[in-house]
Amino acid sequence: MKFKSLFNVALSAAVAASFMIAGSATAGETKITGAGASFPAPIYSEWFKDLAQKTNGEIKVDYQSIGSGSGIKNFIAHTVDFGASDAAMKQSEIDQVPEGVQLLPMTAGEIVIAYNLPGIDGIKLPRSVYPEIFLGKITKWNDAKIADANPGLTLPDTPITVVVRSDKSGTTFGFTGHLSAISSDFKSTVGQGKMVQWPGTNMVKGKKNDGVSSAIRQTPGAIGYTEYGFAKLNKLPMACLENKAGKFVCPGPEGGAAALANAVLPENMIVFINDPEGDASYPIATFTWMLFYKKNKDADTAAALRKMVEYCLDDGQKIADKAGYIPLPESVVKKVREASKNIQ
Amino acid sequence: MADNEFLGNVGGRTLSKPPTPGDIFFDKSFRFLTRAFTWATIFLLAFIVYKIGGKALPAFPDLGIKFLFTSVWNSSENVYGILPQIWGTIYSSFLALILGGFFGITIAIFITQDFLPYKVEFALKNIIELLAAIPSVVYGLWGIYVLVPLIRPLANFLHEYLGWIPFFSTRLSGLGLLPAVLVLSIMILPTVAAISQDAFKAIPHKTKEAAFGMGTTRWEAILRVMLPTASGGIFGALVLGFGRALGETMALAMLVGSMSTLTLSFFAPADTIAALLANTFPEANVGLETGALMYAACVLLLITLIVNIAGAVIVTKATPGGDRR
Repeated sequence: MKFKSLFNVALSAAVAASFMIAGSATAGETKITGAGASFPAPIYSEWFKDLAQKTNGEIKVDYQSIGSGSGIKNFIAHTVDFGASDAAMKQSEIDQVPEGVQLLPMTAGEIVIAYNLPGIDGIKLPRSVYPEIFLGKITKWNDAKIADANPGLTLPDTPITVVVRSDKSGTTFGFTGHLSAISSDFKSTVGQGKMVQWPGTNMVKGKKNDGVSSAIRQTPGAIGYTEYGFAKLNKLPMACLENKAGKFVCPGPEGGAAALANAVLPENMIVFINDPEGDASYPIATFTWMLFYKKNKDADTAAALRKMVEYCLDDGQKIADKAGYIPLPESVVKKVREASKNIQ
Repeated sequence: MADNEFLGNVGGRTLSKPPTPGDIFFDKSFRFLTRAFTWATIFLLAFIVYKIGGKALPAFPDLGIKFLFTSVWNSSENVYGILPQIWGTIYSSFLALILGGFFGITIAIFITQDFLPYKVEFALKNIIELLAAIPSVVYGLWGIYVLVPLIRPLANFLHEYLGWIPFFSTRLSGLGLLPAVLVLSIMILPTVAAISQDAFKAIPHKTKEAAFGMGTTRWEAILRVMLPTASGGIFGALVLGFGRALGETMALAMLVGSMSTLTLSFFAPADTIAALLANTFPEANVGLETGALMYAACVLLLITLIVNIAGAVIVTKATPGGDRR
């Protein structure tokens, strides 16, 4: 019911807006533009298509998948109505927006370690081992450290080729954040960043998630990190990783949801789950945020934005699973809904 | 201009008329337009250089000349150097030029030197020119999905048995210099082939007849007479092809592996300036990193400029009657 009244408010607001905003196409239409992270772009575009349908074209969202960094840049420059970022926003960036910034986690994803070893599925990688692979210290698939964790598998002596991102990315930020959290060696030699100095000599770089996925698929002996959705789409085998509790968990919606369930959102909604607790938690999960101004250019835009958020939190979460993302836990949804009232 | 210049005096009657005011107007405006567009082109280039240079300039004091001689690109510590990219750009383009140039010139000879019936010649020429119409993303995808699996066994065989040769000193895992160079050479092939064909066709038929008249065989005529005569145009074709290879971006960003390493090995991943720009620019930090990228763009522009000027100079010097070109 509350949803419906909000709908009516937005409807009348949108009608009013069309009279006030010059150049607005048809009566009763509010256009919103957003730009940013490419990782959630597939689900965002699905959401916005559905949203336009459900509101009979009253709210049209134009989302440009240009990357988290560019999204933040555009958001600061006020060229969009909202931004999107996998790495949230730094305090220094928030300070550049005089109206105030409300970050809202919208969905979440798992970062998986995908590999290419013909005939070998479900390889297990202990948390002492996979940071070393990405440091270039373990260079053969039949290395004793990998073999010990996989007694049932016959591993070939294929050299390991590590595939990493050639562009700056929120995925790299999340992945290196996790590796830094579990390996002090990784933290001191590489550290966390959107683009880092990978020390190995057995590496190649691919452009964006799809570049990494295709490089893994085309390279026997390759291993690399990518978003769950991309690995699933490319049918790449994914490694099961040892979590903080010492259990091996394979990528999938259950492990992701368990990881998020333990997240505690602070006031500013920025939390990185670098090493989640819990037996069933998949160890590498990240939220992805939409960035809003606390004070928008007019009331109608603000109303439309709130309505968009409400749709994403309600109907949107139901299709997240199918699209390869992790639905937000109920506790998080509640908090985000509360915080979305700050968009004025 | 005196009137009688336009008057053909044939039996007291004039065949030609003086130009009408319309003719003169048309002539003048045409000349004005061509001149304006020529200047506009030059102005556009100057404007691009000014804009890129202007953005690169603030980064110059921080980065200095050592930017060109160091190999680390680290945006979190604001340390930048593009030596591997400069090397990769020139090395990959050079290798592509050798391959693409060889095949381009042989194709030009095959098509122009009466080996084929006219219809086949025409079809072949157009098919090769079609190669230029394929978008570079398609070349990149083709490289990843078709070329890489195809050449990997051979590459790794070479590495295993001839690994002591620096060119084969690493394994080809997938992405790397060799697939990038192969795709690049296919991309410059149409340019080289088309311009070389023109160079061969520009040779007066009499030259060849004279060669045959002196008793040369077909191959002697082609290699000793036709090829040297067309060499100026062929060289121009190679310079253009090289320029195209230097600036190619998308296919390389997808195939080259983007590693900041200095390597001679054909099978190692490398990087080029254009690929670095494509990979890094969209997410670059405002400030020094953007400046460093603009600086890198200037370097690429400079390399291309040097290649073209050197090419033009050599063409003029080497061609018999090159001053006419």
